[in-house]
Amino acid sequence: MERNIAYVALFAALIAALGLLPKFTLVSGIPITAQSLGIMLCGTVLGAKRGALAVVLFLALVALGLPLLAGGRGGLGVFGTPWAGFLFGFPFAALFAGIIMENYKAGSVALVAGIAAVIGGIGVLYAIAIPYYMVGTGKGVIESTITMLPFIPGDLIKAVLAGIITQALYKARPAAVLSRA
Amino acid sequence: MLALTLPRKTIAHSIPAGWKLAGLAIISALVFPIDSLALLTGLLAGIIALHLVLGRDVLKYAIWMMRPIAVFAGVILAFHFVVSDFAAGLGIILRMLTLVALANLVTMTTKLNEMITIMEFCLTPLSKLGVNTRAFGVATAMVIRFTPVLINKASALRESWRARSAKRAGWRIVMPLFLTAVDDADRVAEALKARGGV
Repeated sequence: MERNIAYVALFAALIAALGLLPKFTLVSGIPITAQSLGIMLCGTVLGAKRGALAVVLFLALVALGLPLLAGGRGGLGVFGTPWAGFLFGFPFAALFAGIIMENYKAGSVALVAGIAAVIGGIGVLYAIAIPYYMVGTGKGVIESTITMLPFIPGDLIKAVLAGIITQALYKARPAAVLSRA
Repeated sequence: MLALTLPRKTIAHSIPAGWKLAGLAIISALVFPIDSLALLTGLLAGIIALHLVLGRDVLKYAIWMMRPIAVFAGVILAFHFVVSDFAAGLGIILRMLTLVALANLVTMTTKLNEMITIMEFCLTPLSKLGVNTRAFGVATAMVIRFTPVLINKASALRESWRARSAKRAGWRIVMPLFLTAVDDADRVAEALKARGGV
């Protein structure tokens, strides 16, 4: 119990710390932050339930008024924009990444974690973010998808990193990768 | 770590947090279906006036908080201008600014401990169902305490990387950052258990 709480809390704090890493800019000129990498890693390292809880805890603290989102944003206002679908999608992204990790324990950690990050952190996340954006702005499916397309290359890079980092963590501290325990 | 609350007290601080949150929820639900541009402009003007009643610095701070949204608003407006549906774009932006400004105003004028009290109150039905809500309080305190710790560790890692390499560290410090976090989590868990657990 204590260990679960400590892991959930520390990973929520990690998502916040990753948001403050200097962002790197892609060739396309779109800046990407490491925050969504933190979401993916919550799922691949902590597993479905604890991963989603860590993300929910992080979002709860953002809503309470702590400036924990990338760029020092926070407060209730960030949930009012048409892009808030990403925020509401984050827990589900971690949940699905965790479910995949927990169900394929036979394969290589890096590969399974990478695939889990793509399906959870990109597939599930955009499946929630795009309809939310459509409702918020009244745009069609194609327009909304095109608006979000520039972020996909960065997300793919992050999914690869999530695989590599989960694997490295599994080598260094096998007991810490709760999704494989 | 800085909070997003105003550095000084205003009259809005003395309104109970529960009322402010309930008001925000009701107004947001009412504003969302409005399409009339005149009505939306009037609402936004009203909210700006509300900021001014609390003080000029409040409005300045609110505009500072809105900065990241302004960029997106500009993009949407430009997009709608190109596809010749300017009025629809303007409506979307006015509605968004109104909702976000109002929500930010609640955040600015409510202290963190009041917000946590509300959150705990909202969780009480869960505790009757057997969920351990005390764990939520412990975890909240831990995140607030450990975020600055991890940020410091990240910048220490970045500095030691720079001391050895001309290139920027970037994602390479994420792995060691996770290792320190995981080790900290184990130590904190042991410490919690040693002190009687949650």
